[in-house]
Amino acid sequence: MSDGLPAPSDIQRGRIAYRRRRAIRSVLLAAASTAMLGTVLVLAVTGSPGWDRVRRSFFDPQIARESFPAVLEGLWLNIRMLVACAVLALALGLLIAVLRTLSGPVFFPVRAMATVYTYAFRGVPLIIVIYLFAFGIPGLRLRGTPGVLVLGGAALVVTYGAYLAEVFRAGIESVHPSQLAAARSLGLTYRQTMRHVVLPQAVRRVAPPLLNDTVALQKDVGLVSLAGPIDAVRAAQIATAENFNYTPYIVAAVLFVLLALPLIAVTDWVTLRAARRQNAGL
Amino acid sequence: MLLSVNGVRKVFGSAVVLDDLSLQVDEHQVVALIGASGSGKSTLLRCVNLLEQVDDGVIILDGREITDPRVDPDEVRRRIGMVFQSYNLFPHMTVLDNITLAPTRVHKRSIADARESASDWLSRVGLADKADSYPDRLSGGQQQRVAIVRALVNNPRLLLLDEVTSALDPELVGEVLTMIRELKAEGMTMVLATHEMGFARQVADRVVFLDGGRVLESGPPAQVLGSPVQPRTRQFLARIIEAGRL
Repeated sequence: MSDGLPAPSDIQRGRIAYRRRRAIRSVLLAAASTAMLGTVLVLAVTGSPGWDRVRRSFFDPQIARESFPAVLEGLWLNIRMLVACAVLALALGLLIAVLRTLSGPVFFPVRAMATVYTYAFRGVPLIIVIYLFAFGIPGLRLRGTPGVLVLGGAALVVTYGAYLAEVFRAGIESVHPSQLAAARSLGLTYRQTMRHVVLPQAVRRVAPPLLNDTVALQKDVGLVSLAGPIDAVRAAQIATAENFNYTPYIVAAVLFVLLALPLIAVTDWVTLRAARRQNAGL
Repeated sequence: MLLSVNGVRKVFGSAVVLDDLSLQVDEHQVVALIGASGSGKSTLLRCVNLLEQVDDGVIILDGREITDPRVDPDEVRRRIGMVFQSYNLFPHMTVLDNITLAPTRVHKRSIADARESASDWLSRVGLADKADSYPDRLSGGQQQRVAIVRALVNNPRLLLLDEVTSALDPELVGEVLTMIRELKAEGMTMVLATHEMGFARQVADRVVFLDGGRVLESGPPAQVLGSPVQPRTRQFLARIIEAGRL
């Protein structure tokens, strides 16, 4: 061997050759089974009696091309809403989680309200929250009521804030009490301990689930179309109604997947890094 | 007298952990607490640092009762340093940030000033090159020395050491004990819970044997460790000798 290691013995060379043969065999097997399953699926779908009609009404290339610009324009609204809602929901979730950790009788109402909030909004279906916000709040006829876009966004923030608060809380509780003892023994106040010792560790630890919830938010942003704003889903719906053809929905679905891919990739990367750090022993 | 513990009681559920316990510590004195696991050594230290609330009795630090509920615990802790068995360094901060957190945030010193005294301390204990490392890159002995520096940089009146060598590999115990010996030479007042009987004998002015949350025997190391009066103390020391730890 050229890198200075002694040449492997005959036994070791035999092992290496055997492992290589096994590896090649596994790759070939995987390829064969994938090809077979793929063929079966394609045959099952395209061979079905209604395939021609389904293909025409869901996968029409002409209609896909025509509806693409409108759906893409709608998607821009989704992206802007996603960014705004994600930032606000993360901030709200963190705030609620910290409020729930406060002790002392003065904070009882705050703590109680935060608890009721997380229980309630994790239970109510998002669609109902959107209806309540977008149609209920304007019904109050208050001066300065914002538009349905803002109200729909608020519904998303309030619902996801409740989920994210629980994720943050799990992170806060995962920080070992000995860390608090160390911080307090240095004379840090409760607030300083939270700010400098507990939250930085908590947020790092729950970064993967937080990002995962952001991926979920990414597609739920499409639900605000129920309230009227023309986002990608709404644009697809309009195009569908014009042509009596569902292809625009497929266009929107593909765009949503493409939008989610980078976020999912980041989530996987952060998760992997966190797992590695955990295995390294902190 | 710097620290005076009088008739302190601490109960966890139905377990009495500290039972009418009294202890006096003079300035510049080193007191070693010995005793079996569960005898109350750690709980006593945590009560002095107000990490636990006493269920009865009085603790006086520097002539002031600190067990009075009207006393601000943060203010008391600023005058006491504490080092833990498992180091408890903050894993998300570098060594330097671990040490300068309290000086800058609690004692309101400037960052430059805090960094300077942190660097001085690190050089003294031979860890200057670790200032920018994270705790998980350090050996247990190095982490524990950083934890001691983190407590000392605030110039505490009293240092509490809770079994600071118990989690260390045997070959790393020496470096931490050397550091404590130096602190004694400088006149630091210390109360240390320990299983290192040989070290207690060398460094302590007084050894206190705790049993069932009470002070069973107390006196100069040679007397308590050499010719104990109480049968329980003799029994405890016999077991330690049997384990080859004395």
